[in-house]
Amino acid sequence: MSFADFISLGPLITLFTAVVISMLLIAIKRNHRITYAFSLLAYLMALTAIIPAALYIPHTVPPLLVVDEFSLFNTGLGLTSGFIILLLSYNYFEEREERKEEYYLLLPLATTGALVLVVSRHFMSLFLGLEILSISLYGLIAYLRARERSDEAGIKYLILAALSSAFLLFGMALVYAFTGHMDFPGIGAALRQAGYIPVTVLAGFGMMLIGIGFKLGVVPFHMWAPDIYEGAPLPVSAFIATISKGGMLVVLIRFYVDIHGNDYSMIWWMLAIVAVASMFAGNWLALTQQNIKRILAYSSIAHMGYILVAFLSGVQTGLEAISFYLVAYFITSIGAFGVLIVMSSSVQDAETLDDYRGMFWRYPWVATVFTAMLLSLAGIPLTAGFIGKFYIVMAGVNGHMWFLLFMLVINSVIGLYYYIRIIAMMFKAPATGEVTYIKPSLPVAGNITLMLLTLVLIGLGVYPTAMMQLIQQMMKMIV
Amino acid sequence: MILLLLIIIPLAGGLLSWIAAARNTLWPRYIALACLLADLAVTAQIWATYPASGGQWLYQYKTDWVPHFGISLNLAMDGLSLLMLVLTFFLGALAVLISWKEINQRVGFFHFNLLFVLAGITGVFLTMDLFLFYFFWEMMLIPMYFLIGIWGHENREYAANKFFIFTQAGGLLMLLAILALYFIHGANTGVYTYDYFSLLNTPMQQETARWLMLGFLIAFMVKLPAVPFHTWLPDAHTEAPTAGSVILAGLLLKTGAYGILRLVLPLFPEASAYFAPWIMFLGVLGIIYGGMLAYAQTDLKRLIAYTSVSHMGFVLVGAFSFNALAYEGVVMQMIAHGISTGALFIIAGALYERIHTRNILEMGGLWSKMPVMGSATMIFVMASLGLPGLGNFVAEFLILMGSWQANRWITVFAAIGLVVATAYSLRIMQKVFFGQGTRQYTLSDLNKRELVIIVALVMAILLLGLHPQPVLKTSQKTDYVVR
Repeated sequence: MSFADFISLGPLITLFTAVVISMLLIAIKRNHRITYAFSLLAYLMALTAIIPAALYIPHTVPPLLVVDEFSLFNTGLGLTSGFIILLLSYNYFEEREERKEEYYLLLPLATTGALVLVVSRHFMSLFLGLEILSISLYGLIAYLRARERSDEAGIKYLILAALSSAFLLFGMALVYAFTGHMDFPGIGAALRQAGYIPVTVLAGFGMMLIGIGFKLGVVPFHMWAPDIYEGAPLPVSAFIATISKGGMLVVLIRFYVDIHGNDYSMIWWMLAIVAVASMFAGNWLALTQQNIKRILAYSSIAHMGYILVAFLSGVQTGLEAISFYLVAYFITSIGAFGVLIVMSSSVQDAETLDDYRGMFWRYPWVATVFTAMLLSLAGIPLTAGFIGKFYIVMAGVNGHMWFLLFMLVINSVIGLYYYIRIIAMMFKAPATGEVTYIKPSLPVAGNITLMLLTLVLIGLGVYPTAMMQLIQQMMKMIV
Repeated sequence: MILLLLIIIPLAGGLLSWIAAARNTLWPRYIALACLLADLAVTAQIWATYPASGGQWLYQYKTDWVPHFGISLNLAMDGLSLLMLVLTFFLGALAVLISWKEINQRVGFFHFNLLFVLAGITGVFLTMDLFLFYFFWEMMLIPMYFLIGIWGHENREYAANKFFIFTQAGGLLMLLAILALYFIHGANTGVYTYDYFSLLNTPMQQETARWLMLGFLIAFMVKLPAVPFHTWLPDAHTEAPTAGSVILAGLLLKTGAYGILRLVLPLFPEASAYFAPWIMFLGVLGIIYGGMLAYAQTDLKRLIAYTSVSHMGFVLVGAFSFNALAYEGVVMQMIAHGISTGALFIIAGALYERIHTRNILEMGGLWSKMPVMGSATMIFVMASLGLPGLGNFVAEFLILMGSWQANRWITVFAAIGLVVATAYSLRIMQKVFFGQGTRQYTLSDLNKRELVIIVALVMAILLLGLHPQPVLKTSQKTDYVVR
């Protein structure tokens, strides 16, 4: 590896070095506060490492990795999100678990996995990143061992993720068998030379789609999502909803762009069907839920469907739209889970709709934040989610995807119903005498984090220009 | 700049009154009132000095917002916007006054929402950028949702959800149409912009124009509301608090009418002409069907809500008659209906406050106890049925005169609507104020605050009926599409 390689991969290297150091720290002395502080520092340093890395872009580390504006942007997004999730985690684990320190190994490790995905452009690195991510997640999901649902969720994820990895591997093998390449541009070139997609490769792509679709949580590979969201500790659910999915999405975009996916209608149709099915199944099933974690799980399935619509529009704007939407979606999801985190008592997570009855009158501040987050998920003006949805619809119109857009509109309306149902619940008169799992006082750090998230959310909703310019500039580089 | 200020004042006032509520529940009321009166004063001043000659656009304000997409903060005012704004702030100030005693809980948040709705409506009436139009269009929904959902009556959540989902669905169709227009204009001219004036003359194929026009039209017909998109309206009106009903009937419905006049007709003149007979038919259907439904109601607020469906049918008929007379009638109708229906809702609210029912079968013979309220109601009921001398008469007369030139049979049936209006209007008077009451109430007549509100409204509707010239003159300066 050259010096430039080291600098370019700086964020990645910083983060996993930090993981090793904090393992040693834990071995010397268990102390929650120190481990927590060190992890925060590690994330900050990794974020700082992006600055020197930016001097060398675009830089490839052949044949596995590529560091360009797109990957740095998403690295930054992932690290920032991880940092925020970490900030929200402290109180949550402080109140619950005896041995909390290992959490601070697993979370940065999982983030590292996602960061590998973000820079990979080769089957090897893709698989490597995916497995680092998945294996850390097994531990993270089942972290609160005392809880019954936690174990169940962990095992469920373990089995399904292993299965989907197997499919992914098989798919990769089939693609490799025909094209003789494992790097994305190579595959693209081979396919272009052939001029068509042979059945073997198509089958390979299909199997890879199973693996990727599982991680993204799109229909029909979505079954795990609600159970795992429900069973995992709340910060971990936030992680799965955002960083884990985001990393996979980035690698999917890069793959699709590199193999010129839009030239082959079969691939397009496969994804289009997945998109429409995800939107409908996600929104429809969310309507029937009483548990907010499950609602968020199903809604995230639908959101992946929306993102795919932009993706399939096949225009430059589409990729920009995804980046913007991801930013908005990350902020919103972490914000929503953050509200759940600060409201949860140590006995049980505040997760049923009834827990939130009348919250607007008891905790006006947190309820306002939650309302803002939900409105952003629903895509209502003054929030980043609105601009994100607007951007996606714009990409769709630009690419003449009228059918997909129509589906998106119908689904937005369905989605609206369950978001405002939660909001309406917060406005209801408080129930008297019932025990709800809401804690009496709120952690300061959590509140500050939520405030910042809300400010960014509204800031992006009112003045999105700067972010848009950044994204547009970045997207020029990869297409 | 003054236009931007008109939007910023209620926004700032809303935040301020929310904060101030922590100190004292009287403050938000005074702040809200002050903001709206300030805006009213500004617009009244503009109206008073409205030049008789000169260009269509009085004030313009333009600055970049998202230059990346050609979105700008582009505000402009002409006669139509001016009239609508005067109405907005007039009714807005009255809405604050009527909630003075009615709203006792979460006072700060109530006024925050009220002012945000009004700011959104102001934005819709002023913006000349289609993205911004959609932005404000959606922005007013959430506070309205809260107004209905929190301070409404028994069935408020159902009503609020229905309102929200209907209008949002319409809004998203409009968004698709706006975006399609944006890209078509961009592809044809190379300039990507949401600017209203640039988009006005977008060359496009007839078929495309028809589709896009439907996208806009459905959004506006939901808001208007026109049959068959009207079902949210009676629920929302019935469950909303009085101030909410006034804002809904007086202003929110007008944004739909305004959208048709400002966007649908000028942007798609050929497509509008193509669909005109059908839309006029829907308008007439609304007039008669809405009127019949109104007659059948026993809930007073629901009854008034259905009369809105009927009255707004005239707007549709007039807007698609394509002549200047009808357009003046439409503008007149928007204002007169805002005032007369707003007043009826205020009276219904005042009655509810006193006897705690909206069922007109349980009322009756109230005139002897409340003569002042009775005579006020009489005036507005007369206005509603289109009695000469009151604003609504001028409006409906002009619309019918205009539509006669466009489509005679439609006009004939629209005129039948006036008969239906007479029936339901008289039924209100008969059931509530005359006849024999089944129950005995001890009631007090209008108090001073209510008297101020009602007198202001009576003056307005009389002025519109007896001296409509200022309004007509102002609206004449607007460049509607006449073919």
